[in-house]
Amino acid sequence: MALDPQTLRQFLDTIQRFVREQLEPAEAMVAETDTVPPAIVDEMRRLGLFGMTIPEAQGGLGLGMSEEVQVLFELCQTSPAFRSVHGTNNGIGSQGIVIDGTAEQQRRYLPRLASGEIIASFALTEPGAGSDAASLRTSARRTAEGWVLNGTKRFITNAPEASLFTVMARTDPETRGAGGISAFLVEAPNPGLKLGRIDRKMGQRGAHTADVIFEDCRVPADALLGGKEGQGFKTAMKVLDRGRIHIAAVAVGVAERLIRDMLRYAKERVQFGQAIGEFQLVQAMLADSRAEAYAARCMVLDAARRRDAGENVSTEAACCKYFATEMVGRVADRAVQVHGGSGYIADFGVERFYRDVRLFRLYEGTSQIQQIVIARNMLRQAG
Amino acid sequence: MKVLVAVKRVIDYNVKIRVKPDKTGVETANVKMSMNPFDEIGVEEAVRLKEAGAASEIIAVSMGPQSCQETIRTALAMGADRGIHVLSDAELQPLAVAKLLKAIAAKEQPQLVILGKQAIDDDSNQTGQMLAALLGWAQGTFASKLKLEAEKALVTREIDGGLETVELKLPAVMTTDLRLNEPRYASLPNIMKAKKKPIEQVTPEALGVDVAPRLVTLKVEEPAKRQGGRKVASVQELVDKLKNEARVI
Repeated sequence: MALDPQTLRQFLDTIQRFVREQLEPAEAMVAETDTVPPAIVDEMRRLGLFGMTIPEAQGGLGLGMSEEVQVLFELCQTSPAFRSVHGTNNGIGSQGIVIDGTAEQQRRYLPRLASGEIIASFALTEPGAGSDAASLRTSARRTAEGWVLNGTKRFITNAPEASLFTVMARTDPETRGAGGISAFLVEAPNPGLKLGRIDRKMGQRGAHTADVIFEDCRVPADALLGGKEGQGFKTAMKVLDRGRIHIAAVAVGVAERLIRDMLRYAKERVQFGQAIGEFQLVQAMLADSRAEAYAARCMVLDAARRRDAGENVSTEAACCKYFATEMVGRVADRAVQVHGGSGYIADFGVERFYRDVRLFRLYEGTSQIQQIVIARNMLRQAG
Repeated sequence: MKVLVAVKRVIDYNVKIRVKPDKTGVETANVKMSMNPFDEIGVEEAVRLKEAGAASEIIAVSMGPQSCQETIRTALAMGADRGIHVLSDAELQPLAVAKLLKAIAAKEQPQLVILGKQAIDDDSNQTGQMLAALLGWAQGTFASKLKLEAEKALVTREIDGGLETVELKLPAVMTTDLRLNEPRYASLPNIMKAKKKPIEQVTPEALGVDVAPRLVTLKVEEPAKRQGGRKVASVQELVDKLKNEARVI
């Protein structure tokens, strides 16, 4: 639904305050303990953050894409680990059900996802298959009672916390490409579902990923998403289109935070008798960061509005994800540079962001995959 | 019982205040505004009374230009039931606000009126006391704790050197201090629901109140710039300077 400007403003103000008063002070502790405190997760539930993109009829807020990205601009001016807590429920973990789920599947899962009672994960990536869906190995075999899943999924965000997985598995071994893939809703715990140990990542501590291993994992017949075979890859692509704009908005939020931090430091730090912000070479870093972040913000808003208007935004979404995540990489690098030696010291937090943002250029399609998507779309449209 | 809560729209506590070049006041154009933090504590206390079953209805009142409705909406999103907006573009001083609140209290007949102990913009700390005097009701100011009993309220007050608990006969006026509670964030679903709650708009004229300012602001100035510190070589020198230059010990 479209919110009136006043309600949206109030929304954004509330989130801004929550970030400033509750999340920012907890950043270092979250990285230290690799855990988002339960009290903060409870507050996120109470605020309604788990159900932002889930339709109102199913207990969510039903935000459109352009509202969602504005919320993310505010919500992500802090460690990305906080967003991860509810990120899958608003994004890849729920959108498959929202877009292609049966009425029964929507009724069954969406209200609990919206309230944050359960956490959802999206399991596409495998040890041998990232963006190359044709090489997906996880299989689902039909039996009298339902389906039996076998295979391993890798880097699955929120897997240790999740009690619902959207799993992409091959139902038709004869069809080699995307057409043989179907999506399943697998509830955990399940005796056939095991988790690997929590991955030790470069950054984003507090957000967890792990392998998910299916060994004769039995699920009922109605676990097939949308009740249709062979639709899994199409569903995944629709989910990822929205996901790309989502990640781009996250990158904008983090970049704006980093710009704030580097600006403050540039005004405080004195060398040669003046604040380093008075030096033109430092000013260039501030200006480049600001200009790029602004460009990304405008791109994200434009793509989101177009998507809300029903346009096909495959190219725009890829452009946003590509530009915004590369942009935040450059901004984080400059933020470290402006901080000088302090930027390399953990107490200042900038080095943590520098490691955190590295992931954005990798997941939900690397920058190179985005380039390919953009160029292929261009060539196709040129006929 | 009905609870009336006064909420003032002020410059957000995070904004760096700038004085207008002509020194007639502070810059408010394009400045982020929000609810006075002490009033937020007042709304929270009222909502807790309602959640505990002690209050039946919460009315949030704000006074000033059209934009005050946003502040009322915040109170509604936190849990107030309805709002009253006294529309006025004039400068409203504490006495005028107290008179307007008195007129609204006469109409609404609340058992308890909660105000912030002061607003963070002008720091007057007068409205609650003036209102209690105008109504002839008991008052409990700087409250850090509230307990309701039949027909009376026990208010613990933060005073110099400790705490004082007073017993007020209802109806009464209470002003909040910082430690009364920690206000909640309005949840996103409640912000959306607040849209549907009613806000009644009235004018000072309709309430029969003359709001003409009784005080004149002569000038507003920024605090003096802090002088740079000085380094001393030894403890002896420090003690000497504190004694003989600063004359503080």
